[in-house]
Amino acid sequence: MIIKRRDFLKISSLASASVMLPRFLKAMSLPDALDKEGKVLVVLQLSGGNDGLNTIIPIQNDIYYRGRQTIAIKNAVRLNEQSGIHPALGFFKELYDNGELAVLNNVGYPQPDKSHFRSMDIWHSASKSNEYLNSGWVGRYLDEACHNCAHPTQALEINDMLSLALKGAHQKAFAFKDPKKMYQTSQESYFKSLYDHHHHDNETVEYLYQTLGSTINNAGYIFEQSKLKKTSITYPDTVLGKDLKTVASLIRSDINTKVYYLQIGSFDTHVNQSQRQQALFKIINGAVKSFVKDLKQNGVFQDVLLVTFSEFGRRVAQNASNGTDHGTANQMFFISGGLRKKGLINPMPDLTHLDEGDLIYTEDFRKVYATLLRKWLQADPGKVLGWKDGLYDFV
Amino acid sequence: MLKSSPMDAAFTKNKHLISRAGFGIELSQIPACQQQTPQQTWQNLATKKAFRPLSLDATALDFDYAKIKNLNAEQKKQLQRSNRQQNIEINLKFLNEMVHSQDQLREKMAFFWHGHFATRVVNPKLSLQILNIIRETALGDFKTLLFAVSKAPAMLSFLNNQQNKKGHPNENFAREVMELFTMGRGNYTEHDVREAARAFTGWAFNGQREFIERLRLHDRGPKTFLGKTGNFDGNDILNIILEQKATARFITAKIYRFFVNDNVDADRVDKLSEQFYTSGYNISQLLDNIVTSSWFYAPVNIGSKIKSPIELMAGMMRMLPMKIGHPESLITYQKLLGQMLLYPPNVAGWPTGQAWIDSSTLLLRMRLPQIWSGIRPLDLTPDNDDDLDMGLNRKQVIAGGFKNPHMSIQWPLIEEMLAKQDIEQVLLQKAMTVRWKQLSRFAGNSIQTKVIDIMSTPEYQLC
Repeated sequence: MIIKRRDFLKISSLASASVMLPRFLKAMSLPDALDKEGKVLVVLQLSGGNDGLNTIIPIQNDIYYRGRQTIAIKNAVRLNEQSGIHPALGFFKELYDNGELAVLNNVGYPQPDKSHFRSMDIWHSASKSNEYLNSGWVGRYLDEACHNCAHPTQALEINDMLSLALKGAHQKAFAFKDPKKMYQTSQESYFKSLYDHHHHDNETVEYLYQTLGSTINNAGYIFEQSKLKKTSITYPDTVLGKDLKTVASLIRSDINTKVYYLQIGSFDTHVNQSQRQQALFKIINGAVKSFVKDLKQNGVFQDVLLVTFSEFGRRVAQNASNGTDHGTANQMFFISGGLRKKGLINPMPDLTHLDEGDLIYTEDFRKVYATLLRKWLQADPGKVLGWKDGLYDFV
Repeated sequence: MLKSSPMDAAFTKNKHLISRAGFGIELSQIPACQQQTPQQTWQNLATKKAFRPLSLDATALDFDYAKIKNLNAEQKKQLQRSNRQQNIEINLKFLNEMVHSQDQLREKMAFFWHGHFATRVVNPKLSLQILNIIRETALGDFKTLLFAVSKAPAMLSFLNNQQNKKGHPNENFAREVMELFTMGRGNYTEHDVREAARAFTGWAFNGQREFIERLRLHDRGPKTFLGKTGNFDGNDILNIILEQKATARFITAKIYRFFVNDNVDADRVDKLSEQFYTSGYNISQLLDNIVTSSWFYAPVNIGSKIKSPIELMAGMMRMLPMKIGHPESLITYQKLLGQMLLYPPNVAGWPTGQAWIDSSTLLLRMRLPQIWSGIRPLDLTPDNDDDLDMGLNRKQVIAGGFKNPHMSIQWPLIEEMLAKQDIEQVLLQKAMTVRWKQLSRFAGNSIQTKVIDIMSTPEYQLC
């Protein structure tokens, strides 16, 4: 059965019975509702355009060193003949050695856009470069995964605002920084009273009240779940550390969440790049280390996949301010105990063939999304993305 | 509950009219709105008023962007900071006009065109220039507006027409002018896009932010566009686009959705767009045709729309006179609620209606009256905006005082004005779906508490 009895009792006592119960019972009989045993995807967005060439470094490539006189990474941790990883990502080297890290190089899309917001818009909505969509790829997955379901909590964002990526055409995910805070806000007795006493009106009013009711009920559900299994692992005292700790506790609970969305930034390193990037990597390295340890200790690392992306990479040559300007293609990381391909799974970017100083992408990010949807989340990439152009085999 | 005396009926209509043709009624307008007819209200709104352009206070870094590559790191940072501050200054001045200007209809239509001709540029002078073009022409004719906006440096820059050259056409502007600004999809082909792009080659701007035609870069060859053939330039293309009735239909339908109802009544829009086309795209005439029709005041249209974040904020500020210690904090709310002026998400503008609402934005909207009254803190932080912040440190960007709005709402004045009013009726376009009696345990007898409570309802999100 999809919804466990103790969950059912807990939720129905929080909810206003007359409103929640019928929908709830309907959801229980839905054959295509999600099963609890499936996989979990964690998306970490590196906002601002991370410099991929100083992340996975082409250590034997003269063009790289010539283009980056003052900011080339000279103490990269060697991965293979051709490439090394930024020294602040020491734990990623461990993952690499253990076969728990896959790197896909040179990911992008045709006609790349160098504006942060537009390129992020494209990555969130999975649109073409000249197409504008009002919904995001995780949101459209949610539309599929939570068709008439009781808890649209299959996707959650750890943030104060909900990103476009998590807005579907019909369903929108929840965003919160701290489950307890969201719960307290939603439980304000005035809001509950409004919801309990309102009567049906036109579609627009109903939409507002439905959103309110769903927020009240699901904030309670998420908070209850987040308290169930507190972790004993120590996380670094950083925002990302705290966020990943929240995610880990939810993964170990009985919540139905399949996708968690987080972000860290800003990687927009036009000026004095080295210190900024190193500081951010240090935060990521420490938080991911605790997260993986937590998942391993609880035996779920093979069911969790952590994916990173950035809206674009940087130009191959540095600028005059010891920084880099907006570029195009970039690598993506995949971290899990359940990878089918490991290490660097495709060639490093070709620095001899550039488009006006920019990398020419070879891997389409929508193919990555399609792979995650089909092979990790058991969803239909045709429906969510309109993608029919093959899949990767790293999961 | 709303009562239905003739005076109440007029009040309901006036509130509806001002919430669509402006940013909602002001506190001081309440008595007039309870007495005058909607016809009088419309006359006041529609009376032509002198146009006052917005300007920047601070002496700007006047800057040749062609030389940006020669700047050192410190100069670049300085420039970024100055650009950011000035764009925020323009944003807040535009918002201020929405709240305080007597010319509500102009600012409301400027707000509409700002989302329609959506641009987002780093250089504040370009932002200011296109915003003033839009504000000046907001109520004029659409042809003048379309030509002026198409030649505005902000648009040429945003849609890459600077890179549109003979032999290397950039189709961005040609495509969007048809898809988003005039006819809409389905009324032209990819071939038309390519031919129009050739016609726009050479349209650019110079260092003084003036439109220029770079004739050397212009493709003088013959083009076939929407069935016509000639050695067209950009002006010819815009004129041919305006000859298409699809353009009048597309603009009319969008204005109908903005002014009347998200659900379009096809017959009405057909008729309105015929009149719009025949009038030579006279915007004021179109608005007059809408507002003077009886269906505009039909119950199905009253309170049928979800306020955009800017409409919500401006509306609250008009009803609750307040002093704002740190106006920049208003930017934080714009970001958190999902509508920051001058920063539309893309060239298609802001998605509207239910798109404004998710669990985070709804809870913030419903807590806004308490936060602005100082009853609870704002404990949310918006995302970094890399285009805006340009890699500045977060701490530099969000100054310490940002989170506390330091607003002081003038409650004594409000209490005096509302003492004998039905507060629910004054504040809401649409009656509560909850019986107030069932909530009265929250409000007590204080007018202030009741105002805050009513503004904290889902119904208050409607206009």
